[in-house]
Amino acid sequence: MQTSRTLRPKPAVLAGLVALGSIGLAVATPMLALIAIAPAMPTLSADYLGFVWSITKFTVLQAGLSTLLSVLAAIPLARALARQASFPGRHIILRLLALPLALPALVVVLGIIEVWGRQGWVSTALQGTGLTGPLNIYGLTGILIAHVFFNMALAARLLVAALEQIPPENWRLAAQLSFTSRHVFRHIEWPVIRSVLPGIASLVFMLCIASFAVVLVLGGGPKATTLEVAIYQSLRFDFDPPRAVLLAALQLALCAGLFVLGGRMATDIAVMSSVGKQARRPDRFASRRMDTLVIAAGLTFIALPMLAIVLSGVTAPFTVIVSQSVFWRALATSLVLALTAASLSLTMAWSLLAAQRTVMRRRAPSRAASAFMSCMQASGSLILVVPPVVIGAGWFVVLHRTGLANSAAPVIVAIVNALMALPFALRILRPAVVGQAQVHDRLCASLGLSGLQRWRLIDLPVLARSFALAFAFAAALSIGDLGAAALFGSADFVTLPLLLLQKMGSYRSVEAAGIALLLAGFCLGLIWLAEQLKVETQSQ
Amino acid sequence: MLRLFTLCLAALMALVLPASAKDKLTIYTYDSFISDWGPGPKIKTAFEATCNCELEWVAVADAVATLNRIKLEGSGSKADILLGIDTSLTAEASATGLFEEHGIKTENVNLPVQWTDNTFVPYDYGHFAVIYDSEKIKTPPASLDDLVNGDPEQKIVIQDPRTSSPGLGLLLWIKAVYGDKAGEAWTKLSRRVLTVTPGWSEAYGMFTKGEAPMVLSYTTSPAYHMVAESTDRYRAASFPEGHYMQIEVAGILKSSQNKELARQFLAFMTGPGFQNHIPTNNWMWPAGKTSDALPDAFDKLVKPAKSLLLSADEVNANRKAWIDEWLKATTR
Repeated sequence: MQTSRTLRPKPAVLAGLVALGSIGLAVATPMLALIAIAPAMPTLSADYLGFVWSITKFTVLQAGLSTLLSVLAAIPLARALARQASFPGRHIILRLLALPLALPALVVVLGIIEVWGRQGWVSTALQGTGLTGPLNIYGLTGILIAHVFFNMALAARLLVAALEQIPPENWRLAAQLSFTSRHVFRHIEWPVIRSVLPGIASLVFMLCIASFAVVLVLGGGPKATTLEVAIYQSLRFDFDPPRAVLLAALQLALCAGLFVLGGRMATDIAVMSSVGKQARRPDRFASRRMDTLVIAAGLTFIALPMLAIVLSGVTAPFTVIVSQSVFWRALATSLVLALTAASLSLTMAWSLLAAQRTVMRRRAPSRAASAFMSCMQASGSLILVVPPVVIGAGWFVVLHRTGLANSAAPVIVAIVNALMALPFALRILRPAVVGQAQVHDRLCASLGLSGLQRWRLIDLPVLARSFALAFAFAAALSIGDLGAAALFGSADFVTLPLLLLQKMGSYRSVEAAGIALLLAGFCLGLIWLAEQLKVETQSQ
Repeated sequence: MLRLFTLCLAALMALVLPASAKDKLTIYTYDSFISDWGPGPKIKTAFEATCNCELEWVAVADAVATLNRIKLEGSGSKADILLGIDTSLTAEASATGLFEEHGIKTENVNLPVQWTDNTFVPYDYGHFAVIYDSEKIKTPPASLDDLVNGDPEQKIVIQDPRTSSPGLGLLLWIKAVYGDKAGEAWTKLSRRVLTVTPGWSEAYGMFTKGEAPMVLSYTTSPAYHMVAESTDRYRAASFPEGHYMQIEVAGILKSSQNKELARQFLAFMTGPGFQNHIPTNNWMWPAGKTSDALPDAFDKLVKPAKSLLLSADEVNANRKAWIDEWLKATTR
């Protein structure tokens, strides 16, 4: 019995392998296709290599600093939000934290300029006091402000999710032992934070590496050139596909290398899932004043640019916008795309995690099994640093050669969006799934529950909250995504962010601001919807 | 979850199912040309009324992307015509060997410069210009030299020549005026540059939000604000050295199966059925014959005394070197 189990992979492992294979295929195919159509490999002069070296240094510097600041700011904010479970408006704040992801970078950049720019609110206020001249954020400062805006929110939301997984038993114990805030942090919160932090930091790092419009606009000029800019240039303007692929491979290798380093620091998942109700934390009173301050500060930083976006959007001619048939087509496409990509992303994330759970259940995983697991952890992420222009152009070549360019394009867009959302889904689901497995595996084994039955009776109810959050993030990401959607642009395939950009590109910035507001609204609606699904499954 | 996914996928396919085929002409262009508010839909109606055929627009993000699409597709492209690239790209496009001579009469073509290209036919043109906010700047730069040497505290937003057509336009403009001294001019100008954006939209958005009082755009930009927003707050600065031109063109692909129809379209393109829709839909100057008078706003626009244009071959041969020169001069 024992031998046959090791020889024949279980269905869960097979599903994981399929998911893993499709990720590899989705990334490798376009890169190989682009190399295949090249008449010759690019010649790389010493000058060019020097240029690549200098932009690589800048890329890593800005991404590293952005990650550090985002994560450092996110920890106190997440602790405060997790501690104050009945903070007024907490639900709305948590939803807002997922919102920056859904907004096109162009919209966010303009919002940030409205707050922090030369003529922005902060600048005007400071000048009013007569202390300083206008602020000048263009340069590394501007890049960091924008990246912290995007990623502190993201990191804080993921950390809150992890902290909420702490079982109520721990809090009862903490109360009995009269833990101070420092004790709580050291013995209860930090082990949890430490176990998820490498994953969150690597996600933020990749998002910053791949950032494009933010870096160019707020970087102030060509001094702020990143690898992503060079890839875009070499593919779009110089039409040198192999060079673009080489640069993309460099970017991939850079991130993969950092992951290997980061992987050494990672610890085992410390989170234990509990079926019990959310705990009322004993330390919620002592730190209330400080927490209020932290939440207020974090919220102000995140909400001000959003407020700027709202203010420029509310005056938009909404009757004009909704009277255009293209708006409804774009809305329908975006919603369908977001729902498809989010469900596909969650299906893949679940396949990967279920496979991992099965492999981990063995007492001593073989070398192949360990390799499989680390492969899975990295694979779920790396697509974020393969530039959309490369994926798009490569897939286009493949589809065109096979004559499928038109019919298959939307499917590819959905798959690429799903893959891009996968790193988010994995980071949200993994702690919950692994913790849950530790608690329920024996129970399920003794009851003989497996497969779909186990999924319906045990996994789904316990994991509903994590699934809802992962779904919300995935949907937000794909409803706001431009990269993949712009690849196969045609008159029939217009998404909301694409329509927004077209309006911006033809002087209609007021209508564009209105669409940005509607986009944010629909995104909040999707997040709310995901939360309703969670409530429904839990009440069953 | 899987059922939801299948359902969504089916809906997605239904949304984009191709329309039924008929004898049709396929034209690749940039997306703003065929947006609901662009000239594309009106031109389609006008041309279909004359040809007893179907015109299919296929939009790719921008002009550079349309040419890249053609390169990726090679001789297997289903496009009959590529419409929308400008004169900084025509030499590169010709060099692909994928285009053939247009072979039509071009007596309708009307440009400030002589048109000699036998492969591409122009359909509109514009001049790059510095647009300024008249509420913030009382004395705009009086010349390109004035712009280069002016007050560093008075900022301008420009576009990156590596990623944007207007950005490349300014690069060529400075090259055409300063020649070998272009590097020095860029070093001086960069003191006034607030930031360099990847595309026109970011730069123009920052300008209208008031972040910078000047932006690189087109002489026709004020016409939009006059016609659609009834304000003459945003104006173009007129430079006596001349303004660099952008001429947008269309060409027929060798692989086209409908060359007769394609030639018919190019001829139609130089006449009123096409040209009438250019001024207030594409916000450029018509490059052919119109039957409607231009809106009053166009009379009020800056009309450059001199049009600058480097030859397509020269641009193609030197673009990389000039971009390197720009990089060196502005990152110093």
